[in-house]
Amino acid sequence: MTQRPPSRVIHPWPLRLMHWLNAIAIIILIGSGWEIYNASPFLPFSFPPLVTIGGWLGAAIAWHLAAIWLLMLNGLCYLTWGIASGHFRRKFFPLSPRAVIQEVIQALKLHLSHQTGVYNAVQRLLYLGVIILGILAVLSGLAVWKPVQLWFLSDLFGGFFISRVVHFLVMTGIVLFLAVHLILVALVPKVLPPMITGGRLPESATPSTPMAE
Amino acid sequence: MSPLMIDRRKLFTRALAFGAVSTLPGCNFDHPNHPDIADQVLSAMSRWNDEAQGLLFDRHTLAPTFPASAITRPARFNAFYDISQAPQVNPATWQLALTGRVGNKTPLTLANLRAMKQQSQITRFVCVEGWRVVGQWSGVPLGLLLKSINADLNARYVSFHCADGYFTSIDMASALQPQTIFALDFNGAPLTAPFGAPVRLRIPTKLGYKNPKSIVALNVTNSFPGGYWENQGYNWFGGS
Ligand code: HEM
Repeated sequence: MTQRPPSRVIHPWPLRLMHWLNAIAIIILIGSGWEIYNASPFLPFSFPPLVTIGGWLGAAIAWHLAAIWLLMLNGLCYLTWGIASGHFRRKFFPLSPRAVIQEVIQALKLHLSHQTGVYNAVQRLLYLGVIILGILAVLSGLAVWKPVQLWFLSDLFGGFFISRVVHFLVMTGIVLFLAVHLILVALVPKVLPPMITGGRLPESATPSTPMAE
Repeated sequence: MSPLMIDRRKLFTRALAFGAVSTLPGCNFDHPNHPDIADQVLSAMSRWNDEAQGLLFDRHTLAPTFPASAITRPARFNAFYDISQAPQVNPATWQLALTGRVGNKTPLTLANLRAMKQQSQITRFVCVEGWRVVGQWSGVPLGLLLKSINADLNARYVSFHCADGYFTSIDMASALQPQTIFALDFNGAPLTAPFGAPVRLRIPTKLGYKNPKSIVALNVTNSFPGGYWENQGYNWFGGS
């Protein structure tokens, strides 16, 4: 691949488009998924109807199975783009456990390091983690949806019921990610506009290089 | 398109609600009388999901089978009405009406079905709500039955009407899957009323609502027959 001079846009448009499409898909999937769970809860609680999507099981399934196509196609585009463009390599790596620990401690003291256009170690870990959760969500979801045709997936997760539990746990992980993600954005609100408009890197910044430690 | 005239919120508590049923599957996700843009998108996506499931379906992939020890006891009753309202069908006078693209339209009796080759299976019944039970069913493979009545096996759909007014339909490929049976017995004894006496469809490659009970008529057709739940928005293919 030819190396072009790095763009001075903080978040290129494909990333922004895919990020917001993904956010829409995830929110529909979580809300409708909660409604589907309510039809046959396996834990001693149900989700309040106020936060579920669909209103009844049939509609919730329709929402869920419609949004899954958006999530899958958009997710495939994101993975392909992220790998092919070098975005993942540049933005998510290197990732050292030590940097993560240091930054978590810093973050708990409410000292958030944020250099424009560069993800800190906590962000890197969170983003990689949620990408893996997204893949697991699709796989466990397919195992629940098609335990007969995709029996190998169902077996991989340990059968129909365990697939359901795994799918639920993965959802829980994504919800926790989202909570932390939104808290971080709320604490450093200046990162939000560039995710909408693209933003410009300040002239002094060297784009796309890992943060000096 | 005739909109569905029932309030779906009351549906679960209402025994028989068959007013005017929409011919467009799933047009009442939100409000039945005003299918809006979201309803139309969801209906289109649900039909797309039918196509995708049809492509994914492999007639040779068998649903898992289980040992007798896995059978769920007591068996779980489920219907859109209370167990006390399960239809009572007289097995002596019961007949299966045959319509549509079938060569031999002489109605079948229980004796006719009992005389055919039987198949027994211990399979898992998965409900759209997410629960599952294991049971043993035996009866006549539907493929065998269709051949015996000279049905057009290239037709697209097989539909079923039930003594309680329920109806549903399946694709021909699923109808011919070897585990799809016209079940007469359940857990070693003839079916009882709550579990679909005298004859129910047992199709372990599809969700529970595609397993109609107390069947009184079978129709082979090329025009989309829909179904009781499917017309209210449940996915039509309903495969697992
Ligand atoms: C709905 C509200 C959301 C808001 C306001 C939001 C906001 C943001 C912002 C501002 C960034 C850039 C952070 C920075 O530049 O430091 C970002 C990145 C990211 N967000 Fe979100 N987000 C939301 C939902 C989601 C959801 C639901 C997911 C996935 C489950 C998600 C996954 C990600 C990922 C993976 C990145 C990194 C993207 C990359 O560079 O490849 N976000 N988000």
